[in-house]
Parts: sequence; C-alpha cells; structure tokens
Amino acid sequence: MEALLACLVGLLFAAGIYLMLSGVLVRFVFGLSLISNAVNLLIFTAGRLENLHPPLIAEGQTTLSVPASNALPQALILTAIVIGFAMVTFLLVLLNGAYLRTGTQDTDDPPFLDETGDGSLHAASAARSGESDPS
Amino acid sequence: MSEEMANPHGSHHHGGASKTGLFSTALPLLLFAGLCTAWPAVVRGEVFQVQWPWMPSIDLYLRFRLDGLSLLFGLIVTGAGVFVSLYSSSYMAGHPHTNRFFFFLHAFMISMLGVVTADNLLLLFVFWEGTTVFSYLLIGFENESETARDNARQAILVTGAGGLALLVGIFLLKAAGGSFTLSQWVDAGDQIRGHGLYPFIFLSVLLGATTKSAQFPFHFWLPNAMSAPTPISAFLHAATMVKAGIYLLMRFHPLLGGTPLWMGTLVVIGGVTALWGAVQALAPCDLKRVLAYTTIMALGVLTMFLGGQATASLTAAATFLLVHALYKASLFLAVGSIDHQTGTRELDRLGGLWRQMPLTALAVAAAAMSMAGFPLFFGFIGKEIMYKGALTEDMFPAFATTAAVLSNALMTAVSGIIFLGPFFGRRPKELGQVSEAPLTMRLGPAVMGILGIVFGIIPWWVSANLIEPAVRAFNPATEQIRLSLYHGINAPLFLSIATLTLGGLIYFFRRVARKVTAAAMDRLPVTTERLYQGSLDLFLKTAVGVTRRLQNGSLHAYMSLIFIVTIAAVAWPWIGDALSALRIPDMGGAVAAVGLSGLIAAATAVVVTAKNRLAAIGGLGGVGAGIALTFLLFGAPDIALTQLLVETLTVIIVSLVLLRLPPLEEAKKRPAPRRALDAALSLAAGLLIASLLMGVTQHPLDRSLTEFFENNSYAAAHGRNIVNVILVDFRSLDTLGEITVVVLASLGGVALIRNFARQTEESDQIQSVILKTTALLMVGVIIVFAAYLLLRGHHEPGGGFAGALVAATAFALFGIAEGPDKVRRAVRVRPAVIAMAGLAMAGAAGLPGLLAASPFLTGVWWNITSDIAVGTPILFDIGVFLAVFGAILAVLLALEET
Repeated sequence: MEALLACLVGLLFAAGIYLMLSGVLVRFVFGLSLISNAVNLLIFTAGRLENLHPPLIAEGQTTLSVPASNALPQALILTAIVIGFAMVTFLLVLLNGAYLRTGTQDTDDPPFLDETGDGSLHAASAARSGESDPS
Repeated sequence: MSEEMANPHGSHHHGGASKTGLFSTALPLLLFAGLCTAWPAVVRGEVFQVQWPWMPSIDLYLRFRLDGLSLLFGLIVTGAGVFVSLYSSSYMAGHPHTNRFFFFLHAFMISMLGVVTADNLLLLFVFWEGTTVFSYLLIGFENESETARDNARQAILVTGAGGLALLVGIFLLKAAGGSFTLSQWVDAGDQIRGHGLYPFIFLSVLLGATTKSAQFPFHFWLPNAMSAPTPISAFLHAATMVKAGIYLLMRFHPLLGGTPLWMGTLVVIGGVTALWGAVQALAPCDLKRVLAYTTIMALGVLTMFLGGQATASLTAAATFLLVHALYKASLFLAVGSIDHQTGTRELDRLGGLWRQMPLTALAVAAAAMSMAGFPLFFGFIGKEIMYKGALTEDMFPAFATTAAVLSNALMTAVSGIIFLGPFFGRRPKELGQVSEAPLTMRLGPAVMGILGIVFGIIPWWVSANLIEPAVRAFNPATEQIRLSLYHGINAPLFLSIATLTLGGLIYFFRRVARKVTAAAMDRLPVTTERLYQGSLDLFLKTAVGVTRRLQNGSLHAYMSLIFIVTIAAVAWPWIGDALSALRIPDMGGAVAAVGLSGLIAAATAVVVTAKNRLAAIGGLGGVGAGIALTFLLFGAPDIALTQLLVETLTVIIVSLVLLRLPPLEEAKKRPAPRRALDAALSLAAGLLIASLLMGVTQHPLDRSLTEFFENNSYAAAHGRNIVNVILVDFRSLDTLGEITVVVLASLGGVALIRNFARQTEESDQIQSVILKTTALLMVGVIIVFAAYLLLRGHHEPGGGFAGALVAATAFALFGIAEGPDKVRRAVRVRPAVIAMAGLAMAGAAGLPGLLAASPFLTGVWWNITSDIAVGTPILFDIGVFLAVFGAILAVLLALEET
C-alpha cells in the first residue's frame, strides 16, 4: 500500500513544483498548497500503513485491543495541516498585496522585476521588447 | 610632497585640559604601579599566575601569567599609557568626542595588556583581535574625514586578515599536538618543529605577526595610519600595537624557532623591511610620516634579530625594543606638540623654533640623539648590541649586518632632519607667535628623554632588571647578559663609528638624497599599496558581478536554481538505490485506495491545466477532499476531519482573494523551452521523492514511541483518543508553539490587508432570502456542534482544532449571508482579542504543573469520582479552540471588509 501512496506523493510534488515554476503568482500558491498536501501524505505513509483501525481505545478498556494505525504521525500531520492553512492564508494576503502594488500577476513583468531585482533584467527585457515589438 | 593636510583639526586646538583625560590617567598609573610592585620578584625569577575556566571544552582558559617578557611589555604599555593619557587631555581638549577617545584609548591599552599577559593561546587571540578593533576605531577617530575612514579600513583589513591567519595557525598547532598553554611550550619545541604541519603553522603565525608589525609586503598601512590623532600614533604605532607582532614572534620562539625556515625567513623579511622603511623615511615632508617610516625600519630590525638563535641577537631585539619605544613615543608626542602650537607639521614650513619652544626642543634633542646612536644615550647601547647580534646571526650574517648598518646610518640622518630642521635655521614669517606647549604635553617627552640618557649611562641596571628577565622568559638557555658603555675595541665599535660617519654624510647631502628618494618613490611601477587597492577593487567587482547574475529578480530563476541544486544534492548519494527502490504499486489491494488515488490524480491534473480560476479552485478542493478520504480509509479519523474542514475554509478564503485578481486566462504562455525545463525538473523531483519514500518504507519502523503513547494514553493521561492526547498532553508544548504561529500569521495577514486596501463602504452580500433566514439558525446549530467536538475530543475524534475550524466555518457562512458587520456584532469581542485570550489560556493551563513541582504544561488531574477525572488538558484544548477560531475569524472578516 505504501508504494501506491508514494506514487501519489511523487505526483503531487511534481505537479506542485511545475506550478511553482510557472511564473504566475496564483499558480504558485496552488503549487504550494499541493506540496503542503503532499508532505502531509508523505509523513502519513512513512508511519507505515499496515493497520487500518483508528487509534482509539474502546470504551471500558485501558489499552488498544486491536493493532491500530500509527498515532504519532497523525498528531504531527494535524498540526501541519493547520499551520499549512495559516501559511496559505498569509500567502494569499501577500499575493493580493503584491498585485495591488505592482498591478500584475506575472513575475516576469517589469513592475515585478523592479520590486524583486536590481532592474538589470528589466532593462534587458525592455530593450528586447523595444526591438521586436512592432506595435 | 605629503597628500595629507598638515593640520586637519586646527579648529579644536585651544588651551585647557579635558577632565576625563586627567582623571583617566589614574588607570594606567595604577597598573604601572602594580607592575612595579611585582618587578623585583620577577627579576629574581618568580612568575605570577592566575587562572579561571572559561570554555574548558575548547581548551580556553582565562589564564594570565607575568614573567620577565610580560613585565617588560607591560611596563612599556602602561608607562606610555600614562604619558599619552596625560598628553591627550590637553591635545584633545575641546574636541566634541573626548569621552569616546579616552574610552577607546584605555580599552585598547587593556587589550594590549591582555595580549602580553595571556598564557592561553586562544585568550591571546581574543585580545589580539581586541587590539585590531580598537586601533581601527582610533585610526578612524576623525570619522568625518573620508581619508581617515579609508585608512582605518585599510588597517583593519590587513591586520584582520593576519589575525585570521593566526587563528588558522592556532588550530593547525592543535592538530599537530601542541598545547594552548604558552608556558608549556619551552619543552615541546622539538615535537612541533619535526611535525609535518610545521611549515604551515609557521607561515600562518608569520602572517599574523608580519601584518600586525608592518613588515614588507604588509607595511603600507602604517604610514596611512597617521590619520589617527598624534597621541594615538605615539601609543599604537610607536610603543604598543605594532610591537604585538614582535611579542608574538618572541613567544613562539621556543616552539617554532631555530629551524632554517624560521631563521632565514625572519632575517630576510626583517632586513628588507628595515632597508625599505629607512630609505622611504627620507622622502616625506610631513613629520609624522617620516616617523612612521622610521618605525617600519625599527620593526624590520626587530624581526631580523628574532631570526637569530644566539643570546646576542635576542638580547639585541629586547634592548632595541625598549630603546625604540622610548625615543619614538617621545618624538611622536613632540611632533604633536609642534603641530598643536604652530598649526603645521610640514618640514618646509617649520624652522627656528628653539627660542619659542626650548623645552620641547630639549626633549626632541634627547630623543634624536638616542635615535642617531650617540654615546651616552641609550640608543648607542642599542646599536652596539645590535651589531654584536647581527654578526652572530646564524643565517645570512653579512646581509643582516649590512642591513643594520645602512638603516642605522639612514636613521642618523633622519634624526638630524627631524631635530635640526624645525628647531634651527630661519624662522618662516607665516608661523606667527608660537608659545611653548603646556606641561601635560611636555611631561611625556621630557621623562622619556631623561630615561634615554639615564639608561645610556647605567645600562647594566637595565640589562639586569629588564632585558635579562625578558630574554630568559622565552629563551631559557640564555647566558648572562651585561650591557655596558664600553665593551672594548671590537667590531661593533667600528661599525658604530662607521654608522655615525655615514649618517653624517647622508645628512650633509640631505637635500639631494631627499629629492632623489621622493622622485624614485613616485616612479615606482608597482607598490604594495596599489596591489592591495587593486585586489580590493577586483574583489568588490566580482561580488557585484556575481550578485547581478544570481539576484536578477526573476522568481523563475531563483526557484529553478533552488530545485536543481536540491535535486542534485539529494539524488547524488541516492541515485544507485533509487532505481532499486522504485516499484510498480500493487493494484490488487484495496480497490477503494486505488480509486481514490485515481481521483486525486485527476483533480491534480485539473489544477495544473486549468485556465479558469474556478476550475482550479475546484480541483484544489478535490485534491484536499481526496486526501481526507485517504486518511479516513487508512484509519486516521482526526486528521481526515481536520483536512476536510481546512479544505472548506481554504476554498472560501482562496475565492475571496482570487476573485479580486485578474483571471487566469490572461496569464502569458511561457516559451516551450522554459516549459520543457520546468516539466523536466518537476518529473525529476517527483520521481526522486517517490523513490525515496518507497525506499524508506521498505525498512522496518521503530514503533517504541508509538507504543509508549498507546500504553499510557488512558493509564496516565485519562484519554481514549490517542492522537488528541498526544497533542494536548504529551506534546502540548509543540501545540502551544503551533497555535502561536497560527495567531501570528493571522495578525500579520490582517495588518497586511489593512495596509494594502481601502475600506469599501458597502459589502457585496448575497441577496438570498432563504440563506439569510436559515443562516442564523444554522450558525447556532453549528456552534453547538463545534463545542461538542471540542469537549469530546479527549475520547473520540474531535478536539480543539476541529471545533475551532467548524466554528470558523459557521461564521464564514454567516458572513457570506449577512455581511461582516453583523458577524462582528454577533461575536461582540474583537477576533484578535479572542485569539490572544486563547493563547493566554493555553499558557495558563500549563501553570498548575509548575505549582505541582513538575515541568511546565504537565497535566494535572483532580479525581472527582472513582472514574471521572477533570484536568488541565481540557483547559489547554479550550485555549487552542479560542486561538485558532479567533485567528481564522480575524482574517476572514478583514478580507470580507475590503
């Protein structure tokens, strides 16, 4: 079973990284969200998936009567989910602010490059577009 | 000839004395007195030691030792410190930053004393760097002047680099088996000298010493350091700091000395430095610069003699150390007096001062005669022992003697220039009325001049009480040393006579000599200073170029670089196992799992390829829901619940933000090569991680921690939901940190929202009667459910997080239906306050544990009946609930309101 989920984790990572490289800020946030999910799944799979019973002690018992799934990764993942959510929320707010400040979503646009770099790339791309742009 | 202004700070040269200066002179005076009380014992051969531990794990102890060498240096440092401090109280009077000046001055003095008394090598290094830093601050004291700043930076770069080299040498010494305790080195020398690392240790220590003591080719910073106020030059560059390198070589002598490498290198470097410094001393017009070059010469001579093994060479070094300190400090202070009184220190603008400044003239006379090496002055003694030492050098005695004779002859000429020039001859009219310097400024040169004469007449007292204990401290096999006025008709005497004659000749032809030297210096194609400047410029240019390359602003460039490097670094060791770990998953197993995986894969494809915002959000929600179902399938109900709730809230918040941004269809399509690169990187990363995970899961897992939690969850923590018990009891500190992060993110987000956007007067509400009427009812029910989830969490799936998410979703629904104002009124308290109250409560839930004498956050339980118990974890969980709820609500409302 772990192999199946491992393939899924790999797929989610690949999709997430592709989106993060796309250059559009919204897609970046999507990619980060996918990677966040992938990491949770990774931790879950690493805890091994032999037993399918939830780690809940039955009423009247003092310990587990059947072998249960690994409780420790579940605790870690729970906190990871909530923190991941907080992070994505913060990122979205930043995204909004970046759009309001630069007026563009595309990270290769000049207003964006002016904010993040020293302007050299902007000058280079402006020169190129000035040459090739007929309009 | 000189590029520096003659009197850059004439504006503050007026009378009066700084009280700080006068009072702070007490410090060096007390230290000097203390050293004097220990003096007789040290002469007898006793040693004073004191030790405290500092960092024993790295062999660093606060270990101080006073032996003959430390005493000699200590007396020079504190004695010069007394006079310089006194002098500066008048010289720096009226300067806006006198307090800072005296702080730096005395801090430097303490560092220097630390260098000469430290018995632990690392401790010595700490004080060494202290002298580097304080000399930087002192050289650049006139920090308004760009020249001063540049010169200070030059000094710290050169001496600092040398300090780093010294540190490398220290660790190489440790690797070679040497001890960090200097006093133990006397016997350990042979082991280190024969070790393979010896040349590197020697080279590193040499770099440290030669940069500090301005040896060729690192001498160029010293003349530029004359930007410092004159009393600082007298202290640092005559008496103390530049001698630190010499001290270092002396201390390392028993450990590293005696090999041909040591002897040959030191003699050659020292000799070259001495000649170079002496020749260049003829050129400048600025008196201070002349003195700087003569200091370089003196340091070269000292280095040259430390390359010897015989008692005579080492005695020559120790003696000349004292000789030079006395006359050079005196000369610097006197030049400062001239500058203070006349406003200039250019040789061509000074003359005939002996009538107006007779006492200063006398002091300069004494110092100059000592420098020239006339009999009855201490300098003569120094020269005699120098020639004796040069002739008995083991390596290159001829070179050493020639260098010594030539440089001393030049010194004689220069001493004539310094003394006879400003004080005799025709007095230029521009000088105006000149008065004698105040007492505080005259005292230092006067006392030092008198000492120069006294020591010249009774040298045997000096040798017995100062020189011999010093030399014996680092070279125990010393024969008895006796300096006297007359050693008989021998080679050193003839050489002395030859020196004086040659010096007199050079002085006679001084105008020609100075013109020729100045012209030759100007014509030099390459100078060490230009090399330094060139390499610094090259370094800076490279840094700018690299930064421009790497930090060009393109997010794609940064990310692809990070991914490429990370993938390469992880794949490099793993690539062999990766191929064996990868396997096709067994599809025959749980059908549900396979089906879910297919669903998640499809949803991921939608997210990646979607051109429509809503489709992408839908895909994202699908992925999240699929994963939640996966968790549920594999026996993890708590996280399935949390994942589903978070997914709902994510969709709400993503929608709120995305609908204000331009649609995805407008995004530019990237060129194919770039998309190919992105695809390749993603595929590589995905394969790598999948294979890593497959490889990891093929090994057995250590379940001891899990078993501990399973066994103790009910027995010790009264909880049947093991996951929740881990979160709020066993690992509650981690959870406390986590809710702090959530609250911080929320507060930061709210601040950003408020910063970037304007308030809208009216919010767009959904005009749906059904939603409005049912919303309030539903919200009530959902809140009750949230409370239920919170309270049952300890025994069943649920808990603070799930409850908070449900409650936040309820208010999100309410906000969509009625608008943010109604929500605020319903909640009454500000969401940020709720969040902080939650944090406080979670923290307070940890206090009963402290009261019960256990660590913070230990669960404390009170048994109400035999099988019902109430404890602090529920309080903690309520705190978690409030914190997460408040945080989410704050961001939601802020987003809805703008």
